Amino acid sequence: MINAISRLGKRVRLSIMGLGDFMRLAGAILIRSGAALRRPRLVSQQVHFIGNHSLLIIAVSGLFVGFVLGLQGYYTLSRYGSEEALGLLVALSLTRELGPVVTALLFAGRAGTSLTAEIGLMKAGEQLAAMEVMAVDPIRRVLVPRFWGGVIAMPVLAAVFSMVGVIGGWVVGVMLIGIDPGAFWSQMQEGVDVINDVLNGFIKSVVFGVAVTLVALHAGWTARATPEGVSRATTRTVVHSSLLILGLDFVMTALMFGN
Amino acid sequence: MTRDKTDFWVGFFVLLGAVALVFLALRAGNMSSFTFASTYQVEAHFDNLGGLKVRAPVKSSGVVVGRVSGISFDNERFQAVVTLDLESRYEFPTDSSISILTSGLLGEQYIGITPGGEDKMLAQGNTIQYTQSAVVLEELISKFLYSSAGNQDQQ
Repeated sequence: MINAISRLGKRVRLSIMGLGDFMRLAGAILIRSGAALRRPRLVSQQVHFIGNHSLLIIAVSGLFVGFVLGLQGYYTLSRYGSEEALGLLVALSLTRELGPVVTALLFAGRAGTSLTAEIGLMKAGEQLAAMEVMAVDPIRRVLVPRFWGGVIAMPVLAAVFSMVGVIGGWVVGVMLIGIDPGAFWSQMQEGVDVINDVLNGFIKSVVFGVAVTLVALHAGWTARATPEGVSRATTRTVVHSSLLILGLDFVMTALMFGN
Repeated sequence: MTRDKTDFWVGFFVLLGAVALVFLALRAGNMSSFTFASTYQVEAHFDNLGGLKVRAPVKSSGVVVGRVSGISFDNERFQAVVTLDLESRYEFPTDSSISILTSGLLGEQYIGITPGGEDKMLAQGNTIQYTQSAVVLEELISKFLYSSAGNQDQQ
């Protein structure tokens, strides 16, 4: 009985310690961000690695999500004789929710894992320790550019996802099913608000970018320096950042669209 | 990959994101309906607004001529005050009447202006006198029910 209680206590203590550790790393990255501004080349390399290489999977996923929204939306809307609202349905669900959330989930899988594995392997190969020996701060040189690269790449990817998704919905709705294109676009323009929907979706994608990148960097940074440790850290990145994305999404949706 | 090539692709990537945002704002969103034309404000008092919202369109003969810019409550007259932003290129006589209408049976509510016959035109800060409140469906139904119940009693 006493053992069970102390096991629970240990678990709580460890999770609080992990949270504190995470926050300390996040703070350290933010404080050292000035270095990234002085060496923009490092950041742009990371944007290229994180962003450009994720572009294809994001665009293809967006297209298919748009297709499916078009088909499913049409099926439901046609029951009520309001097929013309399909454009509105596709655009609103993409800009408000699916664009930022699905992009962030794909981003965690595509870019987050590679960040974790890269940093974990650097640690396992004692490259980070070697940097410290050479008086190069590994947080400044390795983590900060990756953090800003992720934060810049994520909103861009989410915007591309939403745009391609709207085009996908248009392809299915207008070209395949034959909804009137004028009604498709005008209903969409009437219902989608630039501030309420597009800007709030953009804010969501920035927050997700910060969250996913920080989780990925922290997992790599704290990985045990063994092959098994790196593989565990990679798994942890996907699990934690996915849960964090969904939780943050609920909180932000409640705040932004609550009333 | 050389530096210049990386730079090109990063620039391309960020540009693509900007294009996507502009597409969402202009093509999917209502950015293109934001008018930067000069406007003048007029006020109107209503007994009941129904579900009228700020930024609802103001239409005359079905053409959008302005937007609702503010809704408040006048605590002396106990009436709702609606401020309308009308585009300067559209002018209406001072005795025009406005009413709150609904597009379709359950659609969004908007304001309709019916021009009057005066020579003087509405200007900045004027108040429109002739207003007609929103038709609230529930009130209509309850009126109908009570009147039909009253008829039955008489028979």
